[in-house]
Amino acid sequence: MTDHPHEHGTDEVPHTHPDPGVDPHTPLSGGPRALRIGIGGPVGSGKTALVAALCRSLGDELRLAVVTNDIYTTEDADFLLRNGVLPAERIRAVETGCCPHTAIRDDISANLDAVEDLEDALGPLDLVLVESGGDNLTATFSKGLIDRQIFVVDVAGGDKVPRKGGPGVTAADLLVINKTDLAPLVGADLTVMDRDARARRGDLPTAFLSLVEDRAATPVADWIRALVKDRAATPA
Amino acid sequence: MSLATLLVLADGRLPAGGHAHSGGFEAAVSAGRVRDLAGLDGFLRGRLHTSGVVAAAFTAAACAAGLEAGSPQPPDPRALLHPTDLHAGSPQPTAPRPIDPRPTAPRPADPWDVFRRRIAELDDGMDARTPSPALRRASRAQGRALLRAGRAMWPVPAAGREPHHPVALGVVAAAAGLDPLAAATAAAHGTVTGPASAAVRLLGLDPYTVQGLIAALAPECDRIAAASAGTANDPVDELPADGAPLLDIGAEHHASWEVRLFAS
Repeated sequence: MTDHPHEHGTDEVPHTHPDPGVDPHTPLSGGPRALRIGIGGPVGSGKTALVAALCRSLGDELRLAVVTNDIYTTEDADFLLRNGVLPAERIRAVETGCCPHTAIRDDISANLDAVEDLEDALGPLDLVLVESGGDNLTATFSKGLIDRQIFVVDVAGGDKVPRKGGPGVTAADLLVINKTDLAPLVGADLTVMDRDARARRGDLPTAFLSLVEDRAATPVADWIRALVKDRAATPA
Repeated sequence: MSLATLLVLADGRLPAGGHAHSGGFEAAVSAGRVRDLAGLDGFLRGRLHTSGVVAAAFTAAACAAGLEAGSPQPPDPRALLHPTDLHAGSPQPTAPRPIDPRPTAPRPADPWDVFRRRIAELDDGMDARTPSPALRRASRAQGRALLRAGRAMWPVPAAGREPHHPVALGVVAAAAGLDPLAAATAAAHGTVTGPASAAVRLLGLDPYTVQGLIAALAPECDRIAAASAGTANDPVDELPADGAPLLDIGAEHHASWEVRLFAS
């Protein structure tokens, strides 16, 4: 951001222009520990449903575990258990003391302990999904906790959400715009959301998703598969 | 001793897991025992003079043990070798040393063995003073988190995977070069600020008046810390054992709830 070749008008939101030929991410380091992916987003945007779908898609091909950070402790973990997508020993719930964003950003200790406990109990894992408690548009994960983060917003929250930006929308490694099947019912314009997401995110990818129509969350699962494959190919 | 280092350790923003614990306050609120600022004041005083006194005493004792063993730097293992071994280049066979017929003086105890024994005793002592299994878990989870944060800042010696929080706090304080009085001050202060912060979140109390309560308790924290520093080398069984049965009972109820906001 320091190397900025042009001037901005005062009414413009600060933004960056990544070189399209360059992968904006730092390379993933290889190593024995699991790839950790954070899944954040506002309340009700479908984070837990996405985690459940990813468990169904990836549970048979990857050694997988999940840490949930619910506002109300074990609600999300219980959802995953009820839906039978992952055995109980592969799910840990972290309590966040009214501050879900603190537990994923400022004080990640309880989450790190949960990830370590899972790896101690289950042996080496390929993938740990860390689901944040439902929060707001400003919540992001610490890089001390996760390698990559997915931010989930939904169509029913209004098609202005990508334009409003915030670190989740602008900087998440993958933006998921969920519940596209509801767009006609709530008068949301997906082309507006797509255009605004591109403007906000430069080359960072955005996936449109309807878990009603795609119970395997295919675009997100494929994105994760590629990361796991990359990581396996990277020397520690 | 560095005052700024004490501020680093006692900072409420230290990423050591504290934000997720209410120190029994959530249970007290839910049971209707605390509703307002006056209730919070009583709760904080009660906690400081029970859990706080115990935490400060055990923190001071663990800190003294760490300093005694030579924190912040563990001994250089090379110093334990025979002096000539230090100059050894490539490994080469050495002639066996002749047996010295003189009686050998008893070797002084390894200071880190003494440290480990004292830390284990203090940890057992905290178990004995924490009858509630839920509170033991909460204390150990916070001890583990504090060690993680401490290791990122200072050369913290091994003190187990998840020691009780006061034990971890003392060990980390010693590694930071703080003395038992400073460590105990941080412990006493922390037993007040944790529930106070939870109170602001749970009851929507005015944060300024809550901060006023914390400030009013500072002299008490100092007094408790001074007493703790005075007992830092006492046998574990003689350290304070003040208890708060309602905190223990509340913690057990709290742990059984299906829906709660705080870990303890």
